[in-house]
Amino acid sequence: MDVKDIIKPENKVYSKTSVLTDNVMHYCPGCSHGTVHKLIAEVIDEMGIQDKTIGISPVGCSVFAYNYLDIDWQQAAHGRAPALATATARLFPDKYVFTYQGDGDLASIGTAEIMHACNRGENIVVIFINNAIYGMTGGQMAPTTLMGMKTATSPYGRCEELHGKPLKITELISQLEGTCYVTRQSVQSAAAARKTKRAIRKAFENCSQKKGTSFVEVVSACNSGWKLSPVKANEWMVENMFPNYPLGDLKDR
Amino acid sequence: MAEHILMKGNEAIAISAIRNGCDGYFGYPITPQSEIMETLMVEKPWETTGMVVLQAESETSSINMLYGGASCGKKVMTSSSSPGLSLMCEGLSYLAGAELPCVVVNVVRGGPGLGTIQPGQGDYFQACKGGGHGDYKMIVLAPSSAQEMYDFVDLGFDLAFKYLSPALILADGVVGQMMEKVELRPMKDRMSNEEIAQKYPWATTGKTPDRKQNVITSLALDAAVHERLNDKLQAKYKQMEEEDVRFETYMCEDAEHVIVAYGCMARICESTIDQARAEGIKLGLLRPITLFPFPTKEIQRLTPQLKTIMSVELSAGQMIEDIRLAVNGQIPVNFFGRLGGIVPSPEEVYEAFKKEINK
Amino acid sequence: MKEEIIIAGFGGQGVLSMGKILAYSGIMQGQEVTWMPSYGPEMRGGTANVTVILSDKKISSPIISKFDTAIILNQQSLDKFEDQVKPGGILIYDPNGITRHPKRTDITICSINAVDISAELGNSKAYNMVVLGGYLQKKSVVKMENVIKGLKKSLPERHHSLIPMNEKAIQEGMNQIKDINKA
Repeated sequence: MDVKDIIKPENKVYSKTSVLTDNVMHYCPGCSHGTVHKLIAEVIDEMGIQDKTIGISPVGCSVFAYNYLDIDWQQAAHGRAPALATATARLFPDKYVFTYQGDGDLASIGTAEIMHACNRGENIVVIFINNAIYGMTGGQMAPTTLMGMKTATSPYGRCEELHGKPLKITELISQLEGTCYVTRQSVQSAAAARKTKRAIRKAFENCSQKKGTSFVEVVSACNSGWKLSPVKANEWMVENMFPNYPLGDLKDR
Repeated sequence: MAEHILMKGNEAIAISAIRNGCDGYFGYPITPQSEIMETLMVEKPWETTGMVVLQAESETSSINMLYGGASCGKKVMTSSSSPGLSLMCEGLSYLAGAELPCVVVNVVRGGPGLGTIQPGQGDYFQACKGGGHGDYKMIVLAPSSAQEMYDFVDLGFDLAFKYLSPALILADGVVGQMMEKVELRPMKDRMSNEEIAQKYPWATTGKTPDRKQNVITSLALDAAVHERLNDKLQAKYKQMEEEDVRFETYMCEDAEHVIVAYGCMARICESTIDQARAEGIKLGLLRPITLFPFPTKEIQRLTPQLKTIMSVELSAGQMIEDIRLAVNGQIPVNFFGRLGGIVPSPEEVYEAFKKEINK
Repeated sequence: MKEEIIIAGFGGQGVLSMGKILAYSGIMQGQEVTWMPSYGPEMRGGTANVTVILSDKKISSPIISKFDTAIILNQQSLDKFEDQVKPGGILIYDPNGITRHPKRTDITICSINAVDISAELGNSKAYNMVVLGGYLQKKSVVKMENVIKGLKKSLPERHHSLIPMNEKAIQEGMNQIKDINKA
């Protein structure tokens, strides 16, 4: 039997949303980005807001998010996505504006921007991918890198004297009056992904109700940066990341 | 009759933004330009024209808010003074790279570092030679009166959208703080979202089924693609040099000597010219209105009739380099400048001029 | 006509607003004007000054080193600006708190006891308008009707009820300015 014999309408059991492009993703196999992209695309599709959604991509592995989600995108300087989103949401109050940021982008270089955008309660959605490492630049230490974790810039493991402790940015964000919904999710299993999708949907719905900033952290695996196989990376994440970054809603109002 | 209002240059910037259909202002307080945002907040344009005004958490953030707003095809602007502009250089490089239009005002004070809040022109290199990283330039307009502060907001937007490039208004503490009478030009409406989507098909207005997605980025990892982008930018800067050089001359027709000065120094030097003329010395003034593109050709046109040319600046000799490039060794290029926020009087400039020509 | 004026004194004496009203009066009279304040640390020691130029023609430099008129409201400003009055020019000062009085003989020197006059009027805030009146008596660069128009333009609407009081203060200043030295 040939491939052509299989690809027939009557054999179709699943089709991806058209909001996801046909471009082959550059992400490493096992990376969480692809799953989160797909979830956002599905939410946009299901809500019918493709023509009203503007994404802001960061600097980091997901700089190329615009290649995969077929919506209008602005690609920001490192850490500045919330500033772009602020202006965009204020100038287009009826659009859905979201930033997609990693831990280096959001919790290190862009700390001021994310704090103030959330504190002002900008009517935006923030998707925060926390994999505790700088992926794109080759596995350096991030603010969210766990204690003892080895990275290119903490080759002997993160130690408190040298680097301080991991930054619990999402806990800080949840304290800000401007945020209406702050949650921490993950995508290592189908069940987890389904929960994350519900969280993303809720965040976008908050946007239409002009409730303020919705912040969705996705605790993610970077198997390349962690130097583990995809399966091992997910196991390591469950064992080590989740105790430090417990899943669930931090705020919902 | 048009209405004349007495206002500071800084206030003129704010009022002009509202009256010229500006969609958004994002700024951070710094002396000597804080009156710009203060005036906007008092005027509350969000209740009249719908213009957004926001005090950002830093200059870094303001310039990136411009990146977001400009990506939407909106007329957005910010203002700051020297140290703030240094923080904005990253964003300006991105705006130039992503080919986004916006207006940025720098009411220059003395530097380096925290420097002084008194007037300066030491940001000439930063403004005209790029400032941030990479091969980019910006339109640089140098107002010398409150009226020009008012008019250059509109001109700045016109040029920014013509070239899809940031336009910088390089003012100084004198022009910002001085009050003069300003004629309010007719109001211009803000554009509707539909007009923007039609006029700026590149803008991130939301991907509708009838078009491809719009992506605003300055990233191009493919070498060939990136070189093409750079070639395009360079062609644009060439076009600016061909089409949008602006300057003013005063008593240059029969001049044997010319002073080149911009901003507040041009005003001061105009009085110097009058003093020289009263003593029979044929001195003229060339005032660049655009510092980039620089009036190189006008200097070259004047050079054969001149014995000397002199750059007068509130800096240690920055614009003089562009004058030297234009003159190309044909006549002596002299210099007079004051630093530290000290603004020389016309007499002081005249003395310096006489000393140089009698050397 | 070109009149180049420095107004200098303590912050809070209404130096800048006096200059603004004068500049606005000039606009109402169809003149070109510039108003250039000192700002920031130049106001060290609590002094404030503003250069106002009124002219029939376009004004080139807003920054000048010699003045037709100096209106001086404290000792530091007197020490700084007495020498910068053009020969034949006018120096108007408030002697209140002045220990070293102006000495030049080649300029006209006038005094105005604006603190006392404004106190007698029952409104110390009209201090600067008394001084302005004294100046206008010596140099009628702008007509009274244009000064009133200038006041209206520079005061916010809610303060327009104060205009008659200000007019009265200007009038008192005109009446009570004294000549100390004639150039």
